[in-house]
Amino acid sequence: MVENILNSIGHFYPEISIVVTLCVVIIADLLLKRENHTISWIFLAGLTVTGLLVLQQTGLNTSIFHDMAAVDPFAVFFKVILIIASLFIVLFSINSRELDPYKSRLGEYYMLIAGMILGMFLMVGSTNLLLIYLAFEMTSICSYVLAGFTKRALKSAEGSIKYIMYGAVSSGIMLYGISLLIGITAATDIYGVNASLAAGIDQPMILYIAILMIIVGIGFKIAVVPFHFWAPDVYEGAPITITAFLAVASKIAAVALMIRLFKVSFMDTASVQIIGDWPIFEGLNWNMLLAFMAALAMIAGNLTALKQDNIKRMLAYSSIAHAGYILMGFVVLTDEGITAIMIYVFMYLFMNLGAFYVAMLFSNKLNTESIEKYKGLGFRAPMECIAMTVFLIALTGLPPTAGFIAKLYIFGAAISAGWIWLVLIAGITTVISLFYYIRVVKNMFFFKSDGISEPLVFDAGSKVILFMLLIPVLLFGIYFTPIIEFARYSLKMFGM
Amino acid sequence: MIITSWYLALSAVLFSIGVIGVLTRKNAIVILMSVEIMLNAVNLTLVSFSAEMGDVHGQIIVFFSLCVAAAEVAVGLAIIIAIYRNNLTVDISKINLLRW
Repeated sequence: MVENILNSIGHFYPEISIVVTLCVVIIADLLLKRENHTISWIFLAGLTVTGLLVLQQTGLNTSIFHDMAAVDPFAVFFKVILIIASLFIVLFSINSRELDPYKSRLGEYYMLIAGMILGMFLMVGSTNLLLIYLAFEMTSICSYVLAGFTKRALKSAEGSIKYIMYGAVSSGIMLYGISLLIGITAATDIYGVNASLAAGIDQPMILYIAILMIIVGIGFKIAVVPFHFWAPDVYEGAPITITAFLAVASKIAAVALMIRLFKVSFMDTASVQIIGDWPIFEGLNWNMLLAFMAALAMIAGNLTALKQDNIKRMLAYSSIAHAGYILMGFVVLTDEGITAIMIYVFMYLFMNLGAFYVAMLFSNKLNTESIEKYKGLGFRAPMECIAMTVFLIALTGLPPTAGFIAKLYIFGAAISAGWIWLVLIAGITTVISLFYYIRVVKNMFFFKSDGISEPLVFDAGSKVILFMLLIPVLLFGIYFTPIIEFARYSLKMFGM
Repeated sequence: MIITSWYLALSAVLFSIGVIGVLTRKNAIVILMSVEIMLNAVNLTLVSFSAEMGDVHGQIIVFFSLCVAAAEVAVGLAIIIAIYRNNLTVDISKINLLRW
């Protein structure tokens, strides 16, 4: 009993380090002067330490705290992605002018981000229904506050209240699903759920309802149609740093949670015939449901993005569409699909953060998020605009960028599993998505700026961050073998 | 002795009342109250399953769920105050700056 807990603490250092960072940020906020960004650097140092501790966990494959959470290559992969995203978000926040009026509250801001990272770390590792719910809520509650952080801006407060309304309802529905699942399987850890489902249950109808309700909760977090209504409003209202964080980190964490929960609990492990293929329980075709959701997300996300003028809102709809592509790798129920998802989220991290970062730079200088106002920017800030073009091309999925590799693997996995109709929809919607991404590029390069033509000057620091995002997007488009090796290696889940 | 199905039926009814409240009401505070009804319905389900099966896991989850619900309402009310300061109303049909 005690031994297990003591051993578990040894595998829990990244989470402990985040909690320590959270406390240090609160204390530093009391002691330090609030005019400069010292607190950001303290937080960045804390995140770096956490990142190193995560890297130390590579190769572990164990369960901690009596099957509460798992520390396995799968969790470590997603923790690495989350830490990279968080580091970039802190760098963005240092450069953001939007947060300047709230400089005296930066301590709170980083404290809430730390809470969100802790929640997401637990989300990717948790193997117990209670911990899944708690991690989910920890992430959600912190992000409700962060979405409304610039609370004097009307849009921010409005986005925040919409977020908490949708979030509270869908997490309530998810908790009801979890309670029904616990009721019919008499187990709280997902291995126990799997065992009692394999033994057979006498109330299949309640099981369907429970799975449906859990999908509602997770679908909300991934922002997949038809649970996406909050996303455009929250993404537009929230400060751009938080928008980027929600679009990347919290989405990826929810995908990881869904993969682990569904793969471990609802797979018929006894009847595996082909290695790498996972059979589901007879008559429990939840993957069809997810496939329809993915198709809807790709169609609705891409079509609605066509007529958006606000860059954040356009990227919100594009991120809904990307959620559809990510789900496509999951519904095929093969190891190949999961590898493709891991590659996809890794590439998606850099290209989406990059697009948000350039949008933030323009919003700092021009004080606008409207795509129409980007006209002629290609001549005033050539480097940033070329970078934006690369990011948008990557989001479309064209070579030679990382986005191409990501889409290639997802489509390949779906084709080899025989989901031709889904791939067709994905292919057609990808072509549609080209229109709205290219519209931004067209506005930047093919219009003369009206009157004003002095170049926009960005300082060296913001250019360094831009290159830190641009280089991976271009490099992984050509040299992607290490990512694929890393993803293949990280497929291992504890107990599978 | 009342059998467990009655408790489950009651909690399903409570949950539906909560969902209907969320869908039909316009006042942000009433919506939060409806969410609370939903969460309490879940607690009832957990407790009745736990009593039926004779293990305490369900009841432990209820404690956590109560705390989370309290935290959620605290944050929710704070955001409602921020909204009220900006718009001088908590009627969510009048808070419509962001659409499509």
